[in-house]
Amino acid sequence: MTRAPRDYDDIPGTYVFDGEHSRKGYALNMFCMSLNQAANREAFTVDPEAYLDRWDLTPEQRRVVVARNWLELLRLGGNIYYTFKLAIVDGLTMQDVGAAMSGITTEEFSAMMAAGGRPPGDTAAGGRPPGDTAAGGRPPGDTAAGGRPPGDTAAGGPVIGGQA
Amino acid sequence: MARIVGGVGTSHVPAVGAAIDNGRQGEAYWAPYFAKTEPARAWMAETKPDVCLVVYNDHADAFSLEIIPTFALGVAPLFPPADEGYGPRRVPTAEGHPELAWHLAERLIIEEEFDLTIVNEMPIDHGCTVPLSVTCGQPDAWPFKVVPLCVNVIQYPPPTGRRCLALGRAIRRAVDSWPGDERVVVFGTGGMSHQLQGERAGLVNLPFDTAFMDALVADPDGQAQVPHATYLREAGSEGIELVMWLIMRGALGDAVTERYRLNHVPTSNTSNGLIILEPAAAPAEAADAS
Repeated sequence: MTRAPRDYDDIPGTYVFDGEHSRKGYALNMFCMSLNQAANREAFTVDPEAYLDRWDLTPEQRRVVVARNWLELLRLGGNIYYTFKLAIVDGLTMQDVGAAMSGITTEEFSAMMAAGGRPPGDTAAGGRPPGDTAAGGRPPGDTAAGGRPPGDTAAGGPVIGGQA
Repeated sequence: MARIVGGVGTSHVPAVGAAIDNGRQGEAYWAPYFAKTEPARAWMAETKPDVCLVVYNDHADAFSLEIIPTFALGVAPLFPPADEGYGPRRVPTAEGHPELAWHLAERLIIEEEFDLTIVNEMPIDHGCTVPLSVTCGQPDAWPFKVVPLCVNVIQYPPPTGRRCLALGRAIRRAVDSWPGDERVVVFGTGGMSHQLQGERAGLVNLPFDTAFMDALVADPDGQAQVPHATYLREAGSEGIELVMWLIMRGALGDAVTERYRLNHVPTSNTSNGLIILEPAAAPAEAADAS
């Protein structure tokens, strides 16, 4: 039986963790979550292959775990909150992983975030060029603002950064 | 009777917790954000709630894919910080309020017909502890009891916005019916726009976030109609956490006064937002106060 289409299927660069993904990735995610325990982190670090033997991963899942291919992990049923446990063992940050998944360097990713993040309409798989602040981006260095006084619903709609 | 005296909507970004735990608030990257959160700490210090009901989502820490409760209410006497892979955060263990929590369970399940999961063992992860740090700083003990309400938003399908708003309204009635005199603040946490995963990682949509806050204040019923696909598309795959803010909003009653809001981009990979609401004073109450 084929899966009925969903209203989120066409969102680019996005792996909605629904039942289909969850079924595919159950063992993979449970392996990742086991790394919440210090003893398991230790065992995995000391002998990854032996530790992986304990989990019912598909050969492909096992290969991408070893390769730390963060995007493939999602495609094979991984959920980012689970797969990130593996990144923590490696000492990586969410920006390192975000950069790897969007095909840019961590420095480029950090610069993109500092410039206001990726615009929702940015569908480019390799990420947008760093420094591209077009379309919803905020100029780098614009950290102004802070809290808007209550009742300030100033027309003009949303104010970037929330500054009054 | 107990009463709800305020609501806080806030992001719960792990990197914010790490910055606090490691004394990095003064660094150039963090100082502007923490400066914006000062009014939230001042409001909390002034409001002095006895209990905070913290609506948040677990991130593969207390719950796994083994059991995925949609709404899980913590009734334990103590909630220790979870080990999320780094060792537990060095923050106080939260003291629960089992009497009130069991009262909420009974009222919400019997009178209000919300089929909650009741949880006795629930280490709290950054979803719950970071909002406490943001609003309280680094005390030796949290200055109030904590009743955690954990919502599934990481395994599709999460509960709808309508259901979340309705649960918040039911929570208000349940708190009102508690004979104690506790003053309660409700947190709705998560968001704002962010996407941690996929080629679209790093998404931020500040206009969405601002419009969400505006609607949260003025038109929660309208916001509650927004389908999940809209959040996923516009606010990013993890932006769907924002439905939890609707539980907080529902708990405050129909009319609210906005005390404070901030937006800050970025904290790590997230558009960070915080809003403080209070139930609008009833006319008689307002007259008494003047």
